[in-house]
Amino acid sequence: MERREEVVVLGEDIGRSGGVFRATEGLYSQFGPTRVMDMPLNESGVIGVSIGLALYGMRPVAEIEFLDFVYPAFDQIVSELSKMRYRSGGEYTAPVVVRAPYGGGIKGGPYHSQSAEAFFAHVPGLKVVVPSTPYDAKGLLTSAMRDEDPVIFLEPKRLYRSFRDDVPDGEYTVPIGRARVAREGRDVSVFTYGSTVPTVLEAAAEASEEGIDVEVVDLRTLTPLDVDAVIGSAKKTGRVVVVNEAPKIMGYGAEISALLAEEALDYLKAPIVRVGGFGIPFPYVHENLYMPTVPRVIKAIHKVVEH
Amino acid sequence: MPKATYLSYLCHKSFTPRRLPEPIVANIAIDAPSKELPTSQLRRFYELMLLTRTFDAQAVSLQRQGRIGFYVTCEGEEASEVGSALALRPTDWMFPDYRASGIMIARGMTLDELLAQLMANSQDHSRGRSMPSHWGSRALNAVPPSSPLCTQLPHAVGVALGAKIRGDDVCSIAYFGDGGTSSNDFHSALNFAAVFKTPTVFFCRNNGYAISLPVSQQTATESLAIKADAYNMEGVRVDGNDVLAVHSATKRALEKARAGGGPTLIEAVTYRMGAHSTSDDPSRYRDPREVELMRSKDPIKRFEQHLRGLGVWSDEDEADARRAAHEQVKEAIARAEKVPHPDVRSLFEDVYSEKTRELAAEADELYREIGGI
Repeated sequence: MERREEVVVLGEDIGRSGGVFRATEGLYSQFGPTRVMDMPLNESGVIGVSIGLALYGMRPVAEIEFLDFVYPAFDQIVSELSKMRYRSGGEYTAPVVVRAPYGGGIKGGPYHSQSAEAFFAHVPGLKVVVPSTPYDAKGLLTSAMRDEDPVIFLEPKRLYRSFRDDVPDGEYTVPIGRARVAREGRDVSVFTYGSTVPTVLEAAAEASEEGIDVEVVDLRTLTPLDVDAVIGSAKKTGRVVVVNEAPKIMGYGAEISALLAEEALDYLKAPIVRVGGFGIPFPYVHENLYMPTVPRVIKAIHKVVEH
Repeated sequence: MPKATYLSYLCHKSFTPRRLPEPIVANIAIDAPSKELPTSQLRRFYELMLLTRTFDAQAVSLQRQGRIGFYVTCEGEEASEVGSALALRPTDWMFPDYRASGIMIARGMTLDELLAQLMANSQDHSRGRSMPSHWGSRALNAVPPSSPLCTQLPHAVGVALGAKIRGDDVCSIAYFGDGGTSSNDFHSALNFAAVFKTPTVFFCRNNGYAISLPVSQQTATESLAIKADAYNMEGVRVDGNDVLAVHSATKRALEKARAGGGPTLIEAVTYRMGAHSTSDDPSRYRDPREVELMRSKDPIKRFEQHLRGLGVWSDEDEADARRAAHEQVKEAIARAEKVPHPDVRSLFEDVYSEKTRELAAEADELYREIGGI
């Protein structure tokens, strides 16, 4: 926002209140109500107006207070945001960043905990980015704000304050479209992103005590996926587990599985196993059992290793 | 709380959406300010409406002959479209809907450009990617619409808000029909526009029908303009078949917006003389006698009477204008039909700012599939 005056922030409760998770704290007092705009309670309006601002040459960063509330804006995102460049023959673009906290772990029940990334990853024209560390959050958000395409930026709310990380002052970027090898290994590739990265790293540490060397790949960008990193790791280890919090059925894990089955079958020594949420709406009670646990990830690792 | 404004040069108060309009007087409203425009401009209004009608009829015919796939007619709504579009400055942003032939012609889109989009040829601004009748052009500050109704209304608000933030002297206008006033985005956009007091004009062409649904079943309110009251916005109802009244009302709303007076909802009461589109058959839901009655109130004929009454339009002028419009359209069609479709590989461009490797591979695969090298 200091670098470019076209960057504006808008959403519900992001200004004077600083955001329900304090993500936009301090911006209002520094930049004022012209650039940090509290919006009426209407997600489709927030996104629709953001599109208009972007058409005019502004660089809006819009917040959806919880990803669970994005659905009224789904039409604006799918019908308009994703297709503006395409349907205008490139004459108009809408470089909007849509930020939203996603995922469970805060006792939020079915309407404050959803993982809806698959809906957006399925739409041509959108980029979907999910950081899992403070370092990546700053670098990827900076990249998203500089990207000429619309970016859905999903912030795992469980991780907002769960651990500390070294975050350099000043500007830096983390490239969109590039995965990160969070832990190198030889025996099993576990692909994951966002809220489940710490869980998977913990499972990998436990597995290494049993002599299983787990490679953990944090995808960071869901679309455009770092296909080389995924296929490269799968070919190296031959055994694949995919972990995310969203319901397993029809989830993003299925895309990774299908991709590897098509492009790396000869290198696979075991079926691809997915760990995800159950086929139920995200519950309030027993939330900790709904989300992928360390034992559940280890069980999946064992399954591919023992095949 | 402001009530909807029924300005003296605007529509009869008795002109409710629930029954057929009262016979509209043949003369143009006495005190519409645009009545004072110079003759050359008045003639231009007429010529543009006539060109729109001519183009429109030819486009429907092209579709019936299978030479284009689809078309959305604006027959009967030329006064609303041309009158409002001519009130804009080139720097104002326009958000047309998909019944916009008159709007685009008045704005300055050439017949070649219009036909390029209808035929999806390689000169089309949208590169053949949209269904016919979805026009846009950066050079004209016109953003191409999608098909879902009123999604462009919040965009118009965002553009106006951006202009306000930057201190630019720019207004936006968004077009839609009576059906659109029931949509979520209509509510959303009007609320945001009023809260942020954006320089936006919401221009509703009440043409009596949303495909098959008459406006009396679309809303329980006495007019569409009155809906603006809910947002503490000015709602203005105008005789949409009086091109000078439309021009005056739009100009007034834009000047108000420019002066910091915020947004306006304009309801232009008109009539959809044709079908909803070339895929629609209105005989299933509409009495043909109603159409014949409305044909007798044709906005183009009405304005022709006005010009003749002023002594600035003759039989010869009429014959010349009709011939010129007809030839212009005919020649443009002949030119446009010679232009080829875009290359198949262009399908894979403009999805993102840079083509991904996967998209490039898909493009090559498709190209090979159709026998390209």
